[in-house]
Amino acid sequence: MTATIPAAPGSAAWIERHGRSAVDTCRLAQLAAADDDPRVFSLEGDLGDFGGLAFQQRYPERFLDMGIAEANLIGTAAGLAMRGKVPFVNTFGSFALMRACEQVRLELAYHQSNVKIAGTFTGIAAGFSGPTHHCGEDLAIARTLPGMVTLAPADAVAAWHLTLAAARWQGPVYLRLGVDATPVVYDETATFRIGGSNVLRDGGDLTIVAAGLTSVASALAAAELLAATGVEAGVVDLYCLKPIDGEVLAEAARRTGLILTVEEHSTIGGLGSAVADELAGSHPVPVRMLGLPDEFAHDVCSYEDHLRRCGLDAAGIAAAAHEHLRRWRR
Amino acid sequence: MAQPTTTAPPAGTDPPTETARHADPAQLREAALRIRRHIVRLAADSPGAHVGGSMSATEIMTALYFGGVLRVDPAAPGWPGRDYLIFSKGHSSAVLYAALSERGFFPVEELATYKQPGSRLPGHPSRDIPGVELATGSLGHGLPVAVGLAIGLRHDGAANRVFAVLGDGECQEGSVWEAAMAAAHYRLENLVVIVDRNGFQEDGPTEEIMGLEPFADKWRAFGWVVREVDGHDVAAVGEALHRVPFAAGRPSCLIARTVKGHGLSFTSNTHTWHYGKFSQEQRARALAELDDAGLDDAELDKAGLAGAAEARP
Repeated sequence: MTATIPAAPGSAAWIERHGRSAVDTCRLAQLAAADDDPRVFSLEGDLGDFGGLAFQQRYPERFLDMGIAEANLIGTAAGLAMRGKVPFVNTFGSFALMRACEQVRLELAYHQSNVKIAGTFTGIAAGFSGPTHHCGEDLAIARTLPGMVTLAPADAVAAWHLTLAAARWQGPVYLRLGVDATPVVYDETATFRIGGSNVLRDGGDLTIVAAGLTSVASALAAAELLAATGVEAGVVDLYCLKPIDGEVLAEAARRTGLILTVEEHSTIGGLGSAVADELAGSHPVPVRMLGLPDEFAHDVCSYEDHLRRCGLDAAGIAAAAHEHLRRWRR
Repeated sequence: MAQPTTTAPPAGTDPPTETARHADPAQLREAALRIRRHIVRLAADSPGAHVGGSMSATEIMTALYFGGVLRVDPAAPGWPGRDYLIFSKGHSSAVLYAALSERGFFPVEELATYKQPGSRLPGHPSRDIPGVELATGSLGHGLPVAVGLAIGLRHDGAANRVFAVLGDGECQEGSVWEAAMAAAHYRLENLVVIVDRNGFQEDGPTEEIMGLEPFADKWRAFGWVVREVDGHDVAAVGEALHRVPFAAGRPSCLIARTVKGHGLSFTSNTHTWHYGKFSQEQRARALAELDDAGLDDAELDKAGLAGAAEARP
């Protein structure tokens, strides 16, 4: 008999086994956290079929389906945290942060409850499902709540690591997870920490700061397109919007003098705002923000087409970078 | 020497030995009277207080803290073996602060700082007050947290109970019924709701603003075992709360039939004094009315009941 060597997170074998969906790897990481820590609970809002049932099978006594009642879902998680548990709340980002926003604000943020929100169906990833299933405001809401750690993993690998980091962190955390499989950015060498960021590419002409599923991958692809036209763009994955990595942002601003932000979120209050808020006080440079327009989707559209329309694909990001450079460099 | 026994509770979970004190009816009435006098002072000596809902909940809080119901240790508010009191009708902070201070969670003299700059006693309970488990004041938040606590306690095999005090108007919030449904579904027999059914909310009688009746039937329909009691008969409230759970495997609901503003002639049975500030004349009149009810004014300036009790031989 030969011992099975577990595949390192982010390795090809690991991705083969765990898949490319941040929702799925977050769920699996919750299970891994529960293996190590008997305080970890998983709470559902009747959405357990999105990967929650494995937790239910292994730890039925630590799995709670609270039905379609999100105010009670958040309050119940807070009550569990008061008894020293580490509850993960699995529901749509909009249900947790909008429908139950005041419960999140008071029971989680004000009380600094040790509750982790795994927010799914974020951005426009629900595609054909329409505006009721889109969520372009969650990062703005989460990061305005005092003490709420706000995370937007770039892929399934980052979601795994950041879920485990959230489980170890003492205090409330919001994780933005999208819907389906997305391009993989990271490999087994990747590291993450609350308050950190990853510089994925160096470049002296401008810095693209991106966060979240598809956005970081598209920013990297855009940097390749730009390189082919002689523009060297740096790329930073700002996976932790709060607490924000001010040092890396200031260094990028010093080095390149121009910032382009990319997010699948409203440009009001999200990543772009967070970057501008930080740099305004440390190293002000022109910041151009790419994101979702200040409007609801008005026709049925696939995820990919919708991203393209918003200029959030590689070509759109590269075009915005050229415009930003033309405006400020020539 | 204690004998080893297989049924001994885990170390550190023994309830404080003094929980049953003040269960004597005369002392309970005295405790309620002292709490009411504090409420009068808080309403007069601060920018204002929620008088009506504090007065109506006075006997409920007296029974909980002085009737031997709650297993708490004022010297160690975070004692893991304690019963949890979630005071969901947070606007009635005056009665909560009065009860906590009289019970010894913080000095009675600190009540004079209510709503004053630098005080830790805001108009609605904050998280940092000894004895306060949950910051409340936004209605409908308490019961969901109580549900989570009760599930967590059961998971731990702990004997602590969770008591949630709700206002009746508060029960217009949908989150109350989300939590009520969950409590029955999860068969939380360690959870007790006490509703201060005073019949009024800020804008008027509950049945005129947004009717709640048949109120007890609503709780029953949601799977709770319901008892009703005269909410100003402190012995009866205590007696009912000593009998929880009312049935095995089900959450308990005690509807305390109360009078808003009870205890003072000019605040009783009206929403006018839901919130307000007493003039000096009203302060004097209120204290005189309570004096007629039998308490020496000078007594209140002494240490709270907890301190007085400890000073006795």
